[in-house]
Amino acid sequence: MKIILQNINLLNPDQGLNEKEINLLIIDGKISRIGKISDAEANDARVFDLSGKYVVPGLFDMHVHLREPGREDEETVKTGCDSAANGGFTGVACMPNTEPAIDSAEVVTLIKEKALGHLVDVHPVGAATLGRKGEVISPMAELIEAGAVGFSDDGVAIKTSAMLRRAFEYSGMFNVPIIEHCEDDSLTGGAMNEGLNSTTLGLPPVPSVSEDIIVSRDLLMAGYTGGKIHIAHISTKKSVEMVRDAKKRGIKVTAEATPHHFSLTDDAVKTYDTNVKMSPPLRSQSDVDAVQKGLKDGTIDCIASDHAPHSPEEKETEFEFAPNGILGLETEVGLALSELYTKKILTLEQIIEKMAINPRKILNIPVPKFEEGEMANLTILDTESIWTVDINKFKSKSHNSPFDKRLMTGKAVGVINNGKMYLTESGSYINL
Amino acid sequence: MALSGRHLLGMQSVPKEDIQLILDTATTFREVLERPIKKVPTLQGKTIVNLFFENSTRTRISFELAEKRLSADTVNFSVSGSSVSKGETFKDTIKNIEAMKVDMVVVRHSAAGTPLFLTKICDANIINAGDGIHEHPTQALLDMYSVREKLGRLEGVKVCIVGDVAHSRVALSNIYGLKTMGAEVSVCGPSTMIPKFIEELGVKVIYNIDEAIQENDVLNVLRIQLERKAREYFPSIREYSKYFGITAERLEKNGKDILILHPGPINRGVEISSEVADGMHQIILKQVTNGVAVRMAVLYLLGTLI
Repeated sequence: MKIILQNINLLNPDQGLNEKEINLLIIDGKISRIGKISDAEANDARVFDLSGKYVVPGLFDMHVHLREPGREDEETVKTGCDSAANGGFTGVACMPNTEPAIDSAEVVTLIKEKALGHLVDVHPVGAATLGRKGEVISPMAELIEAGAVGFSDDGVAIKTSAMLRRAFEYSGMFNVPIIEHCEDDSLTGGAMNEGLNSTTLGLPPVPSVSEDIIVSRDLLMAGYTGGKIHIAHISTKKSVEMVRDAKKRGIKVTAEATPHHFSLTDDAVKTYDTNVKMSPPLRSQSDVDAVQKGLKDGTIDCIASDHAPHSPEEKETEFEFAPNGILGLETEVGLALSELYTKKILTLEQIIEKMAINPRKILNIPVPKFEEGEMANLTILDTESIWTVDINKFKSKSHNSPFDKRLMTGKAVGVINNGKMYLTESGSYINL
Repeated sequence: MALSGRHLLGMQSVPKEDIQLILDTATTFREVLERPIKKVPTLQGKTIVNLFFENSTRTRISFELAEKRLSADTVNFSVSGSSVSKGETFKDTIKNIEAMKVDMVVVRHSAAGTPLFLTKICDANIINAGDGIHEHPTQALLDMYSVREKLGRLEGVKVCIVGDVAHSRVALSNIYGLKTMGAEVSVCGPSTMIPKFIEELGVKVIYNIDEAIQENDVLNVLRIQLERKAREYFPSIREYSKYFGITAERLEKNGKDILILHPGPINRGVEISSEVADGMHQIILKQVTNGVAVRMAVLYLLGTLI
């Protein structure tokens, strides 16, 4: 099949590409012509007029929970991929806190097989330790061979400093990062950020220092072992400062921030809405400001959602008893464009770097190129469209989002990858 | 006169006029409780469920008595822990109870925010009888009632809340209520038991009990919850009682009259010495009677709202 994306702005900072109002000819999923397309070439092509829209490398979310295997009632690889495509992503990295954990080649293979043939590429992150228990290192070589792209005990930090050291040393052989969920579990166990709000709401607090302690430990150990550390969902001012400083000192550190941590404060908890309960929790305004600043100056390399589906029966309960985590894939682009691009905190180039280029580079995944002969792997963005979030239109199997009914500026119009096209408006896939 | 809201979830949002109205109404009911026949027909035909997800004897009996004195039909529903542990979701439990056509729900739960959650899934008037470490509004109302009864006013009265403030729902409700009524509020206890951001509520923090006794007209002494996690927050009971316990010696040293309240039950020899406890026994028992009157006032004012 032959399609033409007409009058697009083609943007790929990784190639230094920024072309206005040009055309892209895609035949059978492959980029055949960029620029002027002859009448002969255009013959029989299905034309999509995309005036004013941007075509960028397919977006990549390096932190999602697909819940399969184990909690297929909340999300499956299939529904998670549909949710990703609907949110404008062509690739995701999924976290290992499944049941069983992604700590064997069999589980990696199972997930890869379930994702086979989908528009969205799925790259499993293996558990750093067996069962994420922090006792025995996982079979990293075997996991990598099966397709794992990094290691993490996500949900918790690697339990002990000794285990962390082993994880850095062993994973260092494969040049993949250790992705850390930074929280000192002797200080967590609360339900929200410690502050005036936790006092007035009577909710057990999680102090921001619980994150800072593990970030500090991890940076020290990364420096000592020469390991690669990626700080997941960074949320505190102090942690952002420590990462900034560590980068200057040459530590191999990267970091990601979630849309909720750059757009909401713990004021949102005042309603006791369990859809604002997550780990790490929503923080104070000064933390949100620091995260935005970190995104702006490059301290924070990536935007990732921490997409965490939960069933309604688990979330419709007392705040303290509700599980941590909220959906992210289908509001991420909207929040990044509304809160960062429209408000002039990041340029569109910076957003593309943080949502398409850097995550892939950190995980050693090739960044899509706009070159003739390359398979098309792209996202179409409308930076101006104003729309309202409707959780009932989500493709995810779950609905636990605090952003329902929120007005957004900017969205993904569609995606192309693996010879398939998906348009958000119609909600259906087209084989190219 | 009527209350401005149809629920009593906490003291944070209750305006001064409402507190005044509740306390004045309680005075009327206090008089009813002295009569030979202590019953009025005000809530006849109303059904009230006492929904207790956490063990409580005093508060539950106090509410139940208040309900019966007002001629309401009462049902007690007690479960320890969340119903989720039994397989039924919390929401389903509430929906089931609502289907029994109840008018008011008095709820006690170990999780903060549960009464607010109830207002979203159920039509009845909700009264918070204690939610986690958040609020316990009727306790604060009865404490304020007792202070007003004894000192004749709340405005300008200096009240210090002593003990494990960080894990107390009574403390927070008292702080909000007393501040609304124009009292000066301070807290006193080991620093591990004082919430980190409490001063932002306009509350003074005192770490020395003698200072607290000296500076205040009223001490509201919280129960040290020996059975709870609170034990991690101080080194030993001996150390606590030595440095924060209210003893006759300390009170005598200060010389002046001070009103001591305690929400009960008392740990004798821990937060209050036996001698002091015996001396203030009358007031503590009076507080219990006041509790029934205040709860009658709240139930009456909410139950007769149209």
